[in-house]
Amino acid sequence: MIQLVIVLLVCGFIGGIAGYIGSLMVTKRMSLMGGSLGHLTLPGITLALIYGFDVSIGALLFLGMGILLIWLFELRTKLPLEALTAVVFASSVAVAFLFLPEEHTYQALIGDVSQVSPVVVIVSVISCLLVFMVTRNIFPKIILSTISEDLAQSEGVSVKKYNLIYLGCIALTVALGVRIVGGLMTAALVAIPASTSRNVSRNLKQYAYLGMLFGMLSCVIGVLASSVTGVSAGPLIIISNAVFFLASLAFKKSYIS
Amino acid sequence: MTKALKVKDLNVVLGGEEIIKDLSFSVEDGEVLVVMGPNGAGKTTLLKALLGLVPSKGKVEWGSKNISYLPPQEFLERRHLPPLSIKDFFELKGASSNKTTEMLELVGLKSSIISKNFNTLSTGQFQRMIIAWALVNEPSILLFDEPTAGIDVGGEETIYSLLRKFWEDKKMTILLVTHDLSIIWEHANNVLCINKKKICYGKPRKVLTPKNLEELYGTGIKFYKHGGGK
Repeated sequence: MIQLVIVLLVCGFIGGIAGYIGSLMVTKRMSLMGGSLGHLTLPGITLALIYGFDVSIGALLFLGMGILLIWLFELRTKLPLEALTAVVFASSVAVAFLFLPEEHTYQALIGDVSQVSPVVVIVSVISCLLVFMVTRNIFPKIILSTISEDLAQSEGVSVKKYNLIYLGCIALTVALGVRIVGGLMTAALVAIPASTSRNVSRNLKQYAYLGMLFGMLSCVIGVLASSVTGVSAGPLIIISNAVFFLASLAFKKSYIS
Repeated sequence: MTKALKVKDLNVVLGGEEIIKDLSFSVEDGEVLVVMGPNGAGKTTLLKALLGLVPSKGKVEWGSKNISYLPPQEFLERRHLPPLSIKDFFELKGASSNKTTEMLELVGLKSSIISKNFNTLSTGQFQRMIIAWALVNEPSILLFDEPTAGIDVGGEETIYSLLRKFWEDKKMTILLVTHDLSIIWEHANNVLCINKKKICYGKPRKVLTPKNLEELYGTGIKFYKHGGGK
């Protein structure tokens, strides 16, 4: 029972923050990048599983390197971020599968929350709170730069600096997310709650906070369903997200006027 | 009178192409300067260079840091945004609901528009709204790039009348990019004609000669001097 509460706590926080930052990623049409970054973590997860350290640490290590590379490539080439991410993530997946032991493949791809220690809970909750506070601070600047980078810069927003902070927040969120849904489904963890929220919200605050709420609820329902059925929580979390999204389609009609 | 802007030997090279060459001019406090020139003359780049948005060489000195800039409407993303109400948009600039309502009413929009979505306004409403947004923090200097692009003649006149009203009330300095000669005759204190480099600069009545306009646009232009020129 205590273990279930711990898992619910971790997953609820991670799902919530994924939904919150996902609202920015959907706005900037970067939600698929969440999936690419999830794949990017696979070499780190592989190392963690082989050498027995925490998967989020391995994931974060490789995400940090990957994002730095993507950012540097973007500065140098001005190619779209998504294209550069594809270059880096595809290479990472290839490298990961060279070393990933077969017995750990399932865990690496769809996550595993069955063995969460109290230290992991504390670190995860603090990380989520940190990402939330930073994202809340940069949220208006990122929105303004989405409307127009020139407009944002003329208002004193350093677009490059905020993009880097934003990418850092995404990296941390993905590193936390791979624990619960693996390297395969992180795109869904960030994209679906935000898309659901977009269908039902009428202003920016509703959009961001409903994204957080849907992300949180999906994780809680997924974990509870997992405890009842014995199926892995990762896929059930994503299915819960998808159900919320489908329900929001019906709700959306009543908002269009 | 103090200078709102001093520009000396401004040069902008982008992608190996010389966009602006050795441009020098100044703007007095409270002046309306219109920047004109053919397409591709470097007008938009000039405004960006003045704000440091593109790399440039030369000296740009602003008399105030309280500057507001509005790019052309077509450069603003409206379609692929989250549900962004007008209230949200003004909050991005730190404006309260009361201040937002006040500004919207000042530009002739109903206060109820505050809860409308950013991408549901008509072109004319959007342009008025964005003017209100630019003015909400009471800037000393306003840079406006093609404020009436895509707006019909009636709407165009309204936008310029609105800008004129604010200019008279708030004593702002305005730098305006436009192709519209009638606007220049009616509203500009000075005009800066550029086509990569300075072609003419001064009071419209003096510098907008058929010879200068031909040099600027590369063809003869028929024009009519309005009585309202400064």
